[in-house]
Amino acid sequence: MRKTNNIILETAIKVLLFMIVLYSVYIFTAGHYYPGGGFIGGLMTAGAIVLLLIAYDIKTVAKILPINYRILTSIGLLFAIGTSAGAIVFNVPFLTHAFGDIQLPILGELSLHTATLFDLGVYFVVVGVTMTIIQTIGEDE
Amino acid sequence: MTNLIILPILIPLFTGAILILLYKQITAQRVVAMISSIATIITSWLVVQKVREDGIQSLNVSSWDAPFGITLVSDMMAALLVLTTSVIGFVCLIYSFKSIGKEREKHYYYAVFNFLLVGVNGAFTTGDIFNLFVFFEVMLMSSYVMLVLGGTKVQLRESIKYLLVNVISSALFVIAVAYLYSVVGTLNMAHISARISEISTNGMPGILSVIAVMFLIVFGLKGAIFPLYFWMPGSYAAPPIPVLALFGALLTKVGVYSITRTYTLFFYHDMDTFGLLSILALLSIIVGVIGAIAFWDMKNIVIYNIIIAVGVILYGVSVLNTASITGAINYLIHDMIIKAALFLLIGIVIYITGTSDLRKVSGLITRYPGLGWTFFIAALALAGIPPLSGFVGKLLIVQGGFEGESFVGAFIVLMSSLLVLFSIMKIFINGFWGKSRTYNGEEQAPVRFLLIAPILLVIISALYGIGSESILPYINQAADTLLDPNIYIDAVLKE
Repeated sequence: MRKTNNIILETAIKVLLFMIVLYSVYIFTAGHYYPGGGFIGGLMTAGAIVLLLIAYDIKTVAKILPINYRILTSIGLLFAIGTSAGAIVFNVPFLTHAFGDIQLPILGELSLHTATLFDLGVYFVVVGVTMTIIQTIGEDE
Repeated sequence: MTNLIILPILIPLFTGAILILLYKQITAQRVVAMISSIATIITSWLVVQKVREDGIQSLNVSSWDAPFGITLVSDMMAALLVLTTSVIGFVCLIYSFKSIGKEREKHYYYAVFNFLLVGVNGAFTTGDIFNLFVFFEVMLMSSYVMLVLGGTKVQLRESIKYLLVNVISSALFVIAVAYLYSVVGTLNMAHISARISEISTNGMPGILSVIAVMFLIVFGLKGAIFPLYFWMPGSYAAPPIPVLALFGALLTKVGVYSITRTYTLFFYHDMDTFGLLSILALLSIIVGVIGAIAFWDMKNIVIYNIIIAVGVILYGVSVLNTASITGAINYLIHDMIIKAALFLLIGIVIYITGTSDLRKVSGLITRYPGLGWTFFIAALALAGIPPLSGFVGKLLIVQGGFEGESFVGAFIVLMSSLLVLFSIMKIFINGFWGKSRTYNGEEQAPVRFLLIAPILLVIISALYGIGSESILPYINQAADTLLDPNIYIDAVLKE
């Protein structure tokens, strides 16, 4: 059952949640040049959702974020396999990545790398697995 | 096509990911798993042919050159084992359709099944010692899930034991790799071998012998050799039959393969460690024989036969001459096929009678002649009766033993055959002969359907024995690589 008397926690989380999610996205995208990457970024996103779980109960959080985390895990795996198996189409060894600098209208010059897509797969898997573990243990009566 | 050798790993991995999405539709899961299994068999067959024609295939993953990136290497031994694994995977999959039950199928059984095959195929194919560790973990984690899936009391208890043992052995594996890395400074297996040859011109340094023994302990725990087999009888008796068949046929053999690979590739400069391996292998045979004779439980009899087979194969490896290595590879493949067949057959008996206790079963041959005679042929193949598959391998191992003047070992291997035959005939004589009985619930047993899988394996085993002449060139090619590490090193480092 949801408790109604932790107003301070709930208000604080409403502010904190966005900061944590933003920071996790920053860490995820910075992984190529600075410490960070898919694993720690995913873990931090999962941490943000866990904070939500602490403030509210499982049903409310499921309503806020209607995600099936097992399917998220599978999608992450498919992302990782897909980006690395893409090399097969070009007949180069498996996991060979492509990269290049791209000029975009607003963002300017960006160096893009397919390893980021692989990392996105890792990110999804980490979020999916962590949340599956916590939800399954939490729902257990 | 450059990426051919990764396909037997990639196809089950992709299938596993897809099957997570399909977790509610059981029929769709079965169809997808079936298609992918057939595709894996075809690709691994192509790999075998490719290796036969063009020699060792190596793939530098992500286009980094050999010692710096991860290299996948498919020599003939790896290719043959991957093919055998794919076939056994296919057969166990068919068997699972009618025997594993809807509850397990809904809880990601086929997905985990595919991840197990990823781990096994990957462990056979990799050319990087740390990558081997990772594939070991992929395999072991899937096996934890398959062992505990269903959640009966026995499964829970045995999973804890199995998990504890394997977590410890994995930690030891990491430590052993760390030691090796600090000595040779590389993780690529061909490069490690080259570096060890450089520093071993006047005999192998002591620290490398220590590392060799550590690897023996690690892989011995995975592969159940003499003092480290204690976890196996309990853990393997717990899971349902198709899972048990997969475990019995594949998991310990990965440990055996790893010992063979590391010992013939890295540590061949020091014959003392081979002496240790030889003693432990012979003790495993003796312990296995004692267990196989002692038990009246069908599962336990076959489980102890795994320990015997592991001992026989490793004895062949430890003698290290042409005949014994050829025999060991031949016997390894035979044993994978026949152990899967035996477990599946025993599973049918348990399905009919509802018990694995031999004393409560009798007279099955009058009502189930097909099952009886299939079991009889499988039993003869296991013991190594000439036209069937176990013969050539054991003959070559014994011949190698005599050539290597290891008479005691060769004698123990020969005697073990007799007692293996006794232990397995005990099942046949007590279970299939005698007075016919009726059992509760035997009408529901889909015997005809379940029998397809073991019959396929027994046919393969018979063909493997009868066609030894045409298979031997493949095995010889595998043995050549093991006996001369330079072939492997040259193929990987391309010097």
